[in-house]
Amino acid sequence: MKSAFLITAAVLLGIAGGLGVFTFGYAKGASYLGHDPAACANCHVMQAHYDDWRHSSHRSVAGCNDCHTPPGLIPKYAVKAKNGFWHSFYFTTGRFHEPIQITPSNRAVTEKACRNCHASIVQAIDPIPAHRPSDALSCIRCHSTVGHMR
Amino acid sequence: MANRRRFWILIAIVLGVAVLTAGLTALLVNIFEHKQEARNPFYRVVELTDETVDPAVWGKNFPLQYDGYKRTVDQVRTRYGGSEAVPRTPTNADPRSVVAQSRLEEDPRLKTMWAGYAFSVDFREERGHAYMLSDQEFTERQHFAKQPGTCIHCHASVYVPYKRAGGGDLIKGFEKLNQMTYFEARKLVTHPVACIDCHDPQTMQLRVTRPGFIEGIRAVKGANYDVNRDATRQEMRAFVCGQCHVEYYFKGPEKRLTYPWFKGLKADEILSYYEETGFKDWQHAITGAPVLKAQHPEFEMWNQGIHARSGVACADCHMPYTRVGALKISDHHVRSPVLNLNNACQTCHKWPEEELKNRIETIQSRTSEMRGVAMDALVALINDIQRAKTAGATDAQLAPARQFQRKAQFLLDFIEAENSMGFHAPQEAARVLVHSVDYSRKGQEALRTAR
Repeated sequence: MKSAFLITAAVLLGIAGGLGVFTFGYAKGASYLGHDPAACANCHVMQAHYDDWRHSSHRSVAGCNDCHTPPGLIPKYAVKAKNGFWHSFYFTTGRFHEPIQITPSNRAVTEKACRNCHASIVQAIDPIPAHRPSDALSCIRCHSTVGHMR
Repeated sequence: MANRRRFWILIAIVLGVAVLTAGLTALLVNIFEHKQEARNPFYRVVELTDETVDPAVWGKNFPLQYDGYKRTVDQVRTRYGGSEAVPRTPTNADPRSVVAQSRLEEDPRLKTMWAGYAFSVDFREERGHAYMLSDQEFTERQHFAKQPGTCIHCHASVYVPYKRAGGGDLIKGFEKLNQMTYFEARKLVTHPVACIDCHDPQTMQLRVTRPGFIEGIRAVKGANYDVNRDATRQEMRAFVCGQCHVEYYFKGPEKRLTYPWFKGLKADEILSYYEETGFKDWQHAITGAPVLKAQHPEFEMWNQGIHARSGVACADCHMPYTRVGALKISDHHVRSPVLNLNNACQTCHKWPEEELKNRIETIQSRTSEMRGVAMDALVALINDIQRAKTAGATDAQLAPARQFQRKAQFLLDFIEAENSMGFHAPQEAARVLVHSVDYSRKGQEALRTAR
């Protein structure tokens, strides 16, 4: 009786697990854990951004993750997980603003990435940056198309 | 007891797993559907040839684009344009049950400006592409004066009818229909602007099919310019619209449709071409001046603006890319960008919709104000010439003032007839209007010195 119970439970969970693994694989889930910018255009919503980036000045020095995720393993995967969840959610439900717009927290991540790589020049412009960079001195306020067109 | 508990746990696991698998399957199917959409499927269910006029046939291969195309029946107002559905009682002569609001009633000064011309009888706000043929066929202007077959050039899908009439030669057919009466030519066409007017049926590439533009653009680009061979893709995304949204006149007794671009695309350059040729549309009923009517010069005005400078074509704002599922298509519901701010403007301009709309309306209300001032100035000149005429001034005495009226009126009408209320090129619109006001002033001055 007890083993029948366990077998039934195991089969059920196995089916769900198998379906889950297949769905994950079919949706190219693993690609989102890596660094290849092509993964960001998997669902085609960011196809234009991806195409633009490939023609931009940053294509040979920075990929999507370099500007859109923070450095450090845990912060990087926390941001990936958060955006991954919400992107999937909105793409599945189909309810999102078009053209797509960056959220304030993701904008802050990008702003920091600019300032990180271009530290030597930024130090001369903005030596004591505010804790949260203000819009007025935001890099992408003027250089809005360096990574890709909007 | 233990068995019973185990039973309920098992039930709970079954239910839990069932919900989980149902969710996962739904997600899997959703991903599958998105992947299918993304494959950009094109199902050739019908064969399209260079003779297929009916857009419904094209729509079988391109249902999404056709769906948008059909929506040009919508009548939506914007602050300075768009159209309002006005009900009317259909008659045998005019079966339309809905028309657009009358612009003559909105601004009676237009009747003074166009006195003696068909436009002073019936002039309504333009409606969407779907109505272009019926609105032309049933306007009261048709009863005011006999219109030539040339008019059909831009109010119907003429590519196939032209080719048939010309025995395979587009230009020959064009010449033939120009010389018919409107209603003779009307019998040869069936549809308003259709897919075949802008698209190659084999490759779907944009192409220009209107003889008026094929010939007209040579004045701008050079005598050997072949628009379908030499234009870039981005140019074509404006040129296909410029086939019709332009200033034109009917040249000579054969009524050849001609785009007056021989001295340039600006209003005053076009005017100076008309001055040189001495062309007039009609004689003004109140003043006797040989006057001109400007017609929807959107292409010319857009060419003077910042968007054209920046390489933004008509289609970028009037047919912006839109996402359908995981597929990106250009929106074939051609309409005012004000009704589609997020797709039309926000792709480049990162501001809230309300802000963008305010920017547009600021430009338009300024232009509208200037247009009103220029209109008052013109009506004042017309009244003054009329007064001088009744007081017994001779034609020789009136001639200079009449010439100034012709100029003032054409420049004002150029902005009035243009369908963006200045938005396509705000400063250019202001420049043209200030010249119009100046000509009205000079006309009144000429009357004083002639006395």
